[in-house]
Amino acid sequence: MRIVIDNVGKKFKKSKKEETTALEDINFTIHEKEFVVLVGPSGCGKSTLLNIVGGLLSPSSGSIYFEDMEDEKREPTVSIVFQEIALFPWRTVYQNVIYGLEEKKMSKQDQMEKGNYYIDMVGLSEFKHAYPKQLSGGMKQRVGIGRALAVEPDLLLMDEPFSALDAQTRTLMQEELLTIWNRTQLSTLYVTHNIEEAVYLADRVIVLSRHPGRIKEIIPIDLPKMGRGDAQYRAQFDDYAEQIWQLIRQDAVDALKE
Amino acid sequence: MTKKMITNRVAFLDKKVPLYASILGIAGVLIVWEIICSLHIVSPLFLPAPTAIVTTGWDMLLSGEIVKNLVPSLYRIGVGYLIGSVVGIVVGLLLGFSKWADAIGTPIVYSIYPIPKIALLPLFVLWLGIGELSKVTIISLGVFFPVVINTYSGVKNVDPILIKAAVTFGSNHLNVIRKVILPGSLPMIFAGLKLAAGTSLLLLVAAEMIAAQSGIGSMVLHYGNLMITTKLMVGVLVLSLLGLAFNRFLQWVENRLLPWK
Repeated sequence: MRIVIDNVGKKFKKSKKEETTALEDINFTIHEKEFVVLVGPSGCGKSTLLNIVGGLLSPSSGSIYFEDMEDEKREPTVSIVFQEIALFPWRTVYQNVIYGLEEKKMSKQDQMEKGNYYIDMVGLSEFKHAYPKQLSGGMKQRVGIGRALAVEPDLLLMDEPFSALDAQTRTLMQEELLTIWNRTQLSTLYVTHNIEEAVYLADRVIVLSRHPGRIKEIIPIDLPKMGRGDAQYRAQFDDYAEQIWQLIRQDAVDALKE
Repeated sequence: MTKKMITNRVAFLDKKVPLYASILGIAGVLIVWEIICSLHIVSPLFLPAPTAIVTTGWDMLLSGEIVKNLVPSLYRIGVGYLIGSVVGIVVGLLLGFSKWADAIGTPIVYSIYPIPKIALLPLFVLWLGIGELSKVTIISLGVFFPVVINTYSGVKNVDPILIKAAVTFGSNHLNVIRKVILPGSLPMIFAGLKLAAGTSLLLLVAAEMIAAQSGIGSMVLHYGNLMITTKLMVGVLVLSLLGLAFNRFLQWVENRLLPWK
């Protein structure tokens, strides 16, 4: 199975006559069990692209499709971890996590098993019956991740999931995400503007430019998946980060002037 | 060497006031009131003493006069409030969900909304007679507007990201309404219901003063005409207790229904 992003472009109407091109000629493939990270300066259209892949926005040109699904009759499942977290405030942690299972009309028994399994995976068993307002930012996003994992999606989309968190929580959540990802091995498309985060998580990093958003370069990260933060990989890690920063730098400077 | 200590200069912001202060205020007013009356500074015809009001109230309760007037009032406000709020919620949801209903209905609602509802009572009496129906209608109408407007804006203000999340996790149109928009607009609906409680009490009293033989409002007017001020004040006291109880009840329902707030 793979997900193909085929020649995708997106134009927004600014006014009656003016149009801005947010995305142009986007072509890449997410392979099974691959962790792809989109990175770029603000305004490069990376969130727009993620929304298009998630079916929350239609592309102006091109298409997105799943190929070689094992079960041809089944509709592919895509789930999203939102930057805004977007938990339902009237639902408890447990009820939030099983939301997608409810909508799949899964039996109550299965909902409970899956729900408990994934709540345990994101480390929230103690807070199962808490409402979102009782949780800290980091814990809320764990629920968001749990909800996205519980439907066992064919493609997991993550839209700057940790950008609202403080730096320390963020580092911990990245480590935790890697551990979780290793257990689930889901095909993942992850959007961030944080270069270290991209190098830390990705199998491949796709660097986008801005105005219009195009693929500047695709960089495979040739490091073991776990333990990239260790001292022995420090030099290589920094090289990757530096390489990506040089690609983005000029665009980021331009973005600042707007 | 002298030390220059740094002290918290915003300590006054955290200053705590003891709980008895708020009780002290009310008790103070009552005591001053009682003293003024017992010293005969003001004639009891204009200002009866608090103790006189309470004892008269107790007598009226025992004689059944209060109950006799309270029951029809409760019936009018109960039925009127129920009809007004149910219709208000239903219409508000419709206006919020359907673009067509919104385009057609919202201008109508907003053009009738500013009319002081009590001005329509003579018209309703003309249409519906002087009986219960005209009073219940005017209360329903007064309740309808705050509820419909709050419900409508509650629906409109549901965070779109929650709708996106629901759709992402497989919700169809109906489930988006049922599982996201309805619970999401409930806090606003409750704000409308609480607002309407005050309006309904106001309209009840006004309607009973204009056209009724029984009811707390008509009782207050009756004793006003007879210049029996103590019994008039008992009526006012009953109304304020009624308002208080109404508010407490709605608060209780809200806490039960919205534990996540």
